[in-house]
Amino acid sequence: MGKTLFDKIWERHVVKEIDGGPSVLYIDRHFIHEVTSPQAFAGLNARGVNVFRPQQTIATADHNVPTENQHLPIKEELSRLQVEALKKNCAEHLIELYGLGHPFQGIVHVIGPELGITQPGMTIVCGDSHTSTHGAFGSIAFGIGTSEVEMVLASQCLLQSKPKLMRIRIEGQLNKGVVSKDLVLHILSKLSASGATGYAVEFAGSTIRNLSMEARMTICNMSIEMGARCGMIAPDETTFAYIKNRLFAPGQSKWENALAEWKQLFSDDDAVFDKEVVLQAEAMEPMITYGTNPGMGISVTGSIPSLDQIPSNDRTAFEKALKYMGWEAGTAVKGKKVDYVFIGSCTNSRIEDLRQVASFVQGKHKADDVEVWIVPGSKQVEKQAQEEGIDTILEQAGFKLRQPGCSACLGMNEDKIPAGKYCISTSNRNFEGRQGAGARTLLASPLTAAAAAITGVVSDVRDFLN
Amino acid sequence: MKNGFKNISGRFVPLDIENVDTDQIIPARFLKATTKEGFGANLFRDWRYINDDSSQPRMDFVLNQKAYSGSILVAGKNFGCGSSREHAAWSLVDYGFKAVVSSFFADIFKSNALNNGLLPVTVSESFLSQLFSLSAASELKIDLEEQTITIQETGLQETFEINAYKKTCLMNGYDDIDFLLSIKDTITEYEKIQEKNYE
Repeated sequence: MGKTLFDKIWERHVVKEIDGGPSVLYIDRHFIHEVTSPQAFAGLNARGVNVFRPQQTIATADHNVPTENQHLPIKEELSRLQVEALKKNCAEHLIELYGLGHPFQGIVHVIGPELGITQPGMTIVCGDSHTSTHGAFGSIAFGIGTSEVEMVLASQCLLQSKPKLMRIRIEGQLNKGVVSKDLVLHILSKLSASGATGYAVEFAGSTIRNLSMEARMTICNMSIEMGARCGMIAPDETTFAYIKNRLFAPGQSKWENALAEWKQLFSDDDAVFDKEVVLQAEAMEPMITYGTNPGMGISVTGSIPSLDQIPSNDRTAFEKALKYMGWEAGTAVKGKKVDYVFIGSCTNSRIEDLRQVASFVQGKHKADDVEVWIVPGSKQVEKQAQEEGIDTILEQAGFKLRQPGCSACLGMNEDKIPAGKYCISTSNRNFEGRQGAGARTLLASPLTAAAAAITGVVSDVRDFLN
Repeated sequence: MKNGFKNISGRFVPLDIENVDTDQIIPARFLKATTKEGFGANLFRDWRYINDDSSQPRMDFVLNQKAYSGSILVAGKNFGCGSSREHAAWSLVDYGFKAVVSSFFADIFKSNALNNGLLPVTVSESFLSQLFSLSAASELKIDLEEQTITIQETGLQETFEINAYKKTCLMNGYDDIDFLLSIKDTITEYEKIQEKNYE
């Protein structure tokens, strides 16, 4: 029987099997940030243990940092202390830190790929659930808790049980105005927010093959929103071209060997998955969420379901979500008022996202009563956007490019959406209070978010195309 | 090394809500601490208090209702989804919970719970709805050794799954780091073989 992509990588990383228990899995790359690492370092220090392989851990400050005036000391005391603790811990344990002010600083899931640290065939972890992003390169990448961060620091290994395997195949061509974020929100609306729990998901099919690396990252990023342990895509020429010549990519002398190995990373024709899902790209439309989990998505031209369309078990949750959102069942979402637009996060803050937004808003102007925050994923994205003149286009349209960080995706810094306000967000979670206590989040693609920034209401981006 | 345990029994707190995500368990604005202590005070913060004011408890939220108490939380399916923040497990433990019962747990939360001596007990949908229909005075018994959960007044019982390795860890208070540190030679050996094969 053939092997899946997941099997091939997993088997190579098993250090030891435990009877009746999990496997000891070797971790190639470990990313850390200021929020989920301090207690892990404290644990190591309490045990008197050193970091086992400091060169395999890379740190950045992203969750808690301000997105304006990053050259000044962080105003909020607890945030500042957390960022300082990261600096101190990295210095003590000889870990490379791309902190505030460093030209490589940025959201951990943006900088790993853009620096060429993320490569096919690797096992990659981080104390952040969106680590699944790195699976877009054909790696096993997943989020872990702080105890597990401590384990990786101490031993470069984790105890892991092998998940079940699911393949989601998407075939056909995406319609105009429909981008990878819509694709993943569409999958979520079909599978639900727990539809892939316990599974590692491989995304495959002609639609996926035709996507850029940035678009693939958006999809793998949100695989955790289906509950998946990780999401992954087999590497191909698009992957190799993206990695080549990046700072930490294999150099000239090693490139051919690396490539030969990476080309073996695919699911064999006769590989068997525990579950298979097939979807058609032509059926997908620009998406928007109406509720309080990412599975509650509909076409931007659709209506919120009516109560009788919801399975009886889910009705309480549905009604609770609509009450929180301040909306009625059965009503259209298009045309509803928007107060804030947030374009950023590890889901959609890469250069391709900013290019899409810029090309859409060029020659248009922001609606007066909408606040728009555009937050690049990294210093390198910010620099590239400036070099391409994207910042100027955005300014002419009435927007401003802020500085890199997680920002309003989780509202840990001062970028919070006020209670009761509606925010169209390119981030990944519309949970109650995610963007600030009482904030109401509508998840959408960068294009759909940009359209709302121009009109001030939920809009169908296709009305502007052609 | 933590304290091991074999049984948890007593009354329980019913939280009949599905897809409880870790942002609800502990909102992001409380993740700024650099220690593991004190998170219990902010457990379910925005469901517990009006306007983020701890002098204004929401009386319709179960943690604020005197009728309910105990070290077992019973919650709707897909508990602990979303963010990987271990602060969610720390806040439940710090508040006083020793076990969470649901029909379905999110993966990362489950690992985090187990790593903090908080027992996730997965039961069937029908058993879960039985639990939600019980009176506030009802008591449960969770036997880790036998892997059973029992409703004391009716004797209704269900078995639950737990990885044999994790069960031993919980019963004896071992943790994974002790184990991983004990096999460092094996890990180094693995690294050498990989280097030889793939360089």
